[in-house]
Amino acid sequence: MTKEEIYKNLQSVFEEVFDDEDIVIGAQTTANDIKGWDSLRHITLMSAVEEAFDLSFDMRDIVHLKSVGELVDLIEREL
Amino acid sequence: MILQLQYPFDPQLILRTRSKIRKMLLQTEKRLIEVRIAVLGGSTTHDIIEILELFLLDYDIKPVFYECEFGQFWQEVMFNNEELIRFKPDIIYIHTSNRNITRFPDMQDSAAEVDALCDMQLEHFRVMWVEIEKTLHCPMIQTNFELPYFRLLGNRDAVDVHGRTAFIMKLNQKFSEYAREHELFHLLDIHSLSAWYGLEKWSDPLFWHMYKYSLCVPAIPYLAHNAANIIKAIYGKNKKAMALDLDNTLWGGVIADDGIDGIEIGHETSMGQVYSEFQNYIRLHKDLGVILNVISKNDESNALLGLNHPEGTLHPDDFVIMKANWENKDTNVRELARELNILPESIVFVDDNPAERGIVSAQMPDAAVPVMEKVEHYIRTLDRSGFFEVTRISEDDIRRNEMYKGNVERTREEHMYQNYDEYLTSLDMHAVIRPFDAIYLPRITQLTNKSNQFNLTTRRYTDSEIAVVASDDIYLTLYGKLSDKHGDNGLVSVVIGKKKDTVLHLELWLMSCRVLKRNMEQAMLDTLVTEAQAVGIQKLIGYYYRTEKNSLVQDFYKRMGFTLRSESEGDSIWTLKLSGYQEMNHSIKVSKGEES
Repeated sequence: MTKEEIYKNLQSVFEEVFDDEDIVIGAQTTANDIKGWDSLRHITLMSAVEEAFDLSFDMRDIVHLKSVGELVDLIEREL
Repeated sequence: MILQLQYPFDPQLILRTRSKIRKMLLQTEKRLIEVRIAVLGGSTTHDIIEILELFLLDYDIKPVFYECEFGQFWQEVMFNNEELIRFKPDIIYIHTSNRNITRFPDMQDSAAEVDALCDMQLEHFRVMWVEIEKTLHCPMIQTNFELPYFRLLGNRDAVDVHGRTAFIMKLNQKFSEYAREHELFHLLDIHSLSAWYGLEKWSDPLFWHMYKYSLCVPAIPYLAHNAANIIKAIYGKNKKAMALDLDNTLWGGVIADDGIDGIEIGHETSMGQVYSEFQNYIRLHKDLGVILNVISKNDESNALLGLNHPEGTLHPDDFVIMKANWENKDTNVRELARELNILPESIVFVDDNPAERGIVSAQMPDAAVPVMEKVEHYIRTLDRSGFFEVTRISEDDIRRNEMYKGNVERTREEHMYQNYDEYLTSLDMHAVIRPFDAIYLPRITQLTNKSNQFNLTTRRYTDSEIAVVASDDIYLTLYGKLSDKHGDNGLVSVVIGKKKDTVLHLELWLMSCRVLKRNMEQAMLDTLVTEAQAVGIQKLIGYYYRTEKNSLVQDFYKRMGFTLRSESEGDSIWTLKLSGYQEMNHSIKVSKGEES
């Protein structure tokens, strides 16, 4: 899967989890940029990402995530 | 029923699309019961609450939540309960896990010390339950404990008194004992639930260390579904009956084509065994008070042939109503509901044929239509759906099939008599009509929560509210039991009036539809008038509040001789002066004293 494809798939996961079809994510996007992305919703997001890409993150990896760009890098590494 | 929430559901889909599902559920025009739920957690409860809300909305219950500070379940009850009391919960859900066991046995502890430690852990919870019962008087749902995530002693962990496995099993026993003895206490059995889900995944430590969840997030929908099932059962929203298909549902094959020797049932073949086990599972429901019925596209003679199979567990007399005909199944379900005097949505439609299921769910969106695929999974699908979640078993439940059968007999006889009064007299009916007795309070509460059709105000009461009504002199209460030559119908009618000077306001008047047109309501009014006059009441005021389901009684007070006082938007208020009241019931022999 190319980075572009990862972004595309991730985009629809975000739309679904935050129930907002106007969401636009990019490498620099952080929790502060998206309404409703609090620590609680983060849990749902992580589960949904794991399911969408059929992978399972290590706790160590999730703990240090700071932006969508880092999340995409992580997915790329795990795939 | 929303498809996404019907078992077997996709937990990830529910978690991911919860906002969308919620919006969909809130669009309903149905009248929802508001229930105030305090969630007291020993770990994070945020997502549990959000998902629990979905399942409750799907059961027509609109929850209002109170969530305690993180991990403060015990403290908020014991020390810091002003806010909780102010919230006035209808239900308390205490969500704890083995992470909340404050001490496990040490290897050095003696057996007696381990016993004492187990009692101490119980005591920690018990004082909280007692406090809840005392200050909040509401039903509570308490989780027991999942087995430990590690087994220090290997397999011996379940044997040695120092093993955490042995310790938790013992503590769980004590929780169950408490539940057996306390009516307001309902156990949410996460011991079984986590085992069934898979303890390894359920207790994935990542979720505890990252988010302080005591269970993995994907398991939350299963937990929430179970909690919602208990709550809907408390509010009388269990299903009441099953409508079972025959061919390929209760046996393998088609009786009309394969004949009695060709259908699969019994212990000769493995497929036969699967159907036998399923028949047995269905039969066990009789003792829970679930009314069993057949809806099958077959000639009656063939249906009976199959049900009389010597290897079968279910026989024709296990069913209250048998509809073996060629009508559409949705028509038959509706007809069945009418004959049983229950709402179509109280019926679980059990059919292997997706086309039949499709017709029924399209025509009756409220009906429960479990997806019966693969005969070896029939039991699992019905069982996990929680249609008949048991909170307590009343005597009436165990005899319900019998009672409904009596009803069908009565309808048959009705046609033999020239006039209806003659028929009523022939029934040899006896009623006991009395103020509330302590032993009947659970049944009375149950009725206030599940009667929809013959219910003038549709006011719902909790156990504790009924206890207050029963003991406070400001209320005049009556329950009515009716029996006849075909059997005992049990407690079927409840009236609650509130006194104000010489006027009695009728806050509740309900009757089970299984005794419609038996003059029971007239008998109730006769006794009510007598009792009211004895305490100086001169006038009754009756209220009719319209709901989607109670149009049956919109003219009830008129029929009972009341005068219309006011009316607006379908609701109406009625009065009856008591002086010169003439007794209305002449068919039922009523005894007012102690039951013999």
